Amino acid sequence: MARLVGLGALVAVLIALPAIVPAFYVQLTTEILVMAVFSVATNLLFGYAGMISFGQAAYYGIGAYTLALLVMTVGVPFAVGFVAAPLVAALFAAIVGFFCVRLTIIYFAMLTLGFAQLLYSIVFQWVSVTGGDDGLHGVPIPDAFHQATTYYYFTLATTIVSLGVMWRIVQSPFGYALRAIRDNRERAEFNGVNLRHYQLIAFTIAGFFCGLAGALFVPVNKAVFPNLLFWSKSAEPLFAILLGGIRQFLGPAVGAAIFILLEQFTSKFWYLLGLKSVYWPIVMGSVIVILIFTLPRGLAGLLARVRLAR
Amino acid sequence: MILFLLASGLTLIFGALRVLNFAHGSFYMISAYLSYAVVSTLGESSVASFWVALVVAPIAIGILGGLVELAFFRRIYARELEYQLLLTYGLVLIFSDVVRFIWGEDYRSVSRPAILGGRALIAGKPVPVYIIFLIVVAGLIGAGLWLLLYRTKLGRTIRAVVYDRHMVAALGINVPRMYSLVFALGCWLAGLAGGLMAPMGSITLGMDVEIIVECFVVVVVGGMGSILGALLGALLIGEIYAFGILIVPRFALAALFFVMTVVLIVRPWGLLGKPEKERA
Repeated sequence: MARLVGLGALVAVLIALPAIVPAFYVQLTTEILVMAVFSVATNLLFGYAGMISFGQAAYYGIGAYTLALLVMTVGVPFAVGFVAAPLVAALFAAIVGFFCVRLTIIYFAMLTLGFAQLLYSIVFQWVSVTGGDDGLHGVPIPDAFHQATTYYYFTLATTIVSLGVMWRIVQSPFGYALRAIRDNRERAEFNGVNLRHYQLIAFTIAGFFCGLAGALFVPVNKAVFPNLLFWSKSAEPLFAILLGGIRQFLGPAVGAAIFILLEQFTSKFWYLLGLKSVYWPIVMGSVIVILIFTLPRGLAGLLARVRLAR
Repeated sequence: MILFLLASGLTLIFGALRVLNFAHGSFYMISAYLSYAVVSTLGESSVASFWVALVVAPIAIGILGGLVELAFFRRIYARELEYQLLLTYGLVLIFSDVVRFIWGEDYRSVSRPAILGGRALIAGKPVPVYIIFLIVVAGLIGAGLWLLLYRTKLGRTIRAVVYDRHMVAALGINVPRMYSLVFALGCWLAGLAGGLMAPMGSITLGMDVEIIVECFVVVVVGGMGSILGALLGALLIGEIYAFGILIVPRFALAALFFVMTVVLIVRPWGLLGKPEKERA
């Protein structure tokens, strides 16, 4: 009950946000929401199914590129592209997943990274279609979305719906089967869980929502570029998951918020130090390493421990 | 052949420690930059600088690897696989930024020593001497590794650790020290590959992940934990990649993945690997 009230309060604050803070923070919160969808979707695999994917950026990027290419090259309405983006991402995830789920955890991690880098190199080198290194600029978006506040509300609504759907999924018998696979593969198999089948479905669902997050990101920059598929992008949701807490449904969303804020703060910090480039991955990598040794369950785990101690 | 050196290091570490090291490519990259640093400090013109770099850089990387093992890996062998993978991933992020911080984003290159600079005629076709040199070095290293693993006491111990670490520990052998040693050896191989690669092309940021992906393909095709598999995989992948570039230049990488998926479907544990025991 208390949880429900807390959640309601959070949503209320998010709805009221544009009235309270300047436009810059509205945009920042939009990015946080996008990141939250990306991270929670990745955690469906990592936290619930025990499948660690180092290549989720591929589906994020495919979502973004599908939307951009459909709207710019094919010329379909934005809404059609937006609906198609996660579906195409899910299709790719299903194809890649078909190969990856045949393998044990280590091979799975390697292969997801490998396929993601493959897709990245295709996007990077297929200049005539994807614009190569430069990406695609000036993606036409509906007039209403040019206004940061309107787009914020659209993103907020989409985020709430997608998180709701994902919550339903992890609370369903299917979600519990995934947990069973994570905790004891052999036993799950003895109980009649078809491992590959379930993992493939999980991978496809995660791909769908990662693609959705990618599509959501397009109007933020009105451009897409190959870095959306790069391996360091895949590290971002993992970072958010580790930070927020792997065993809590909303943990990665909290991690995502901290991630975006930290990124903002760090770039300002380096700038103050007088450095020209921004050294962001090193911060991310260090935090990952520190978290692994000190807080393997993330902030949510820390909270739980504090509560237990009381 | 460079792939073989890298893949054998990776597969050695994996075989003995059961840790898949994403940072392997980072060690390779750092070594290439280090040899650049050594060569530019000693002066491009000096004949010895390349050789000094080739000796110094891999050793430095081996030491670095050993330290990393002591500081980080040693604490997490008992933890879930996910965390081990994430740790190496975090290290990749850190190393890539450290390199960017020290050497910047420009391309670097090391010139080949004069003695290896020319071309030799083999069966009527000119072949760069450096390539021949590489093949010879890799062959020597491969033979050396085999001798080390199968003909010395140390090698026997390493293989015993791979087989059953608890039994080996019970026999009074310092298993953690063996781990550090094997890890350092694997890193030394990565460092050697980096040093040898330096005069071949440009040294860039991002070569770490580029190579690790190819390395994974090699190891997957050849079989995890098998040195001979690494050799076979490297030869196969190298050839396919070279022909792929000739035929469909843009999608040569896709050809590699095609081969890999075929191998995985037919023999999921690789051509020369053994079926994996689930989380032994």
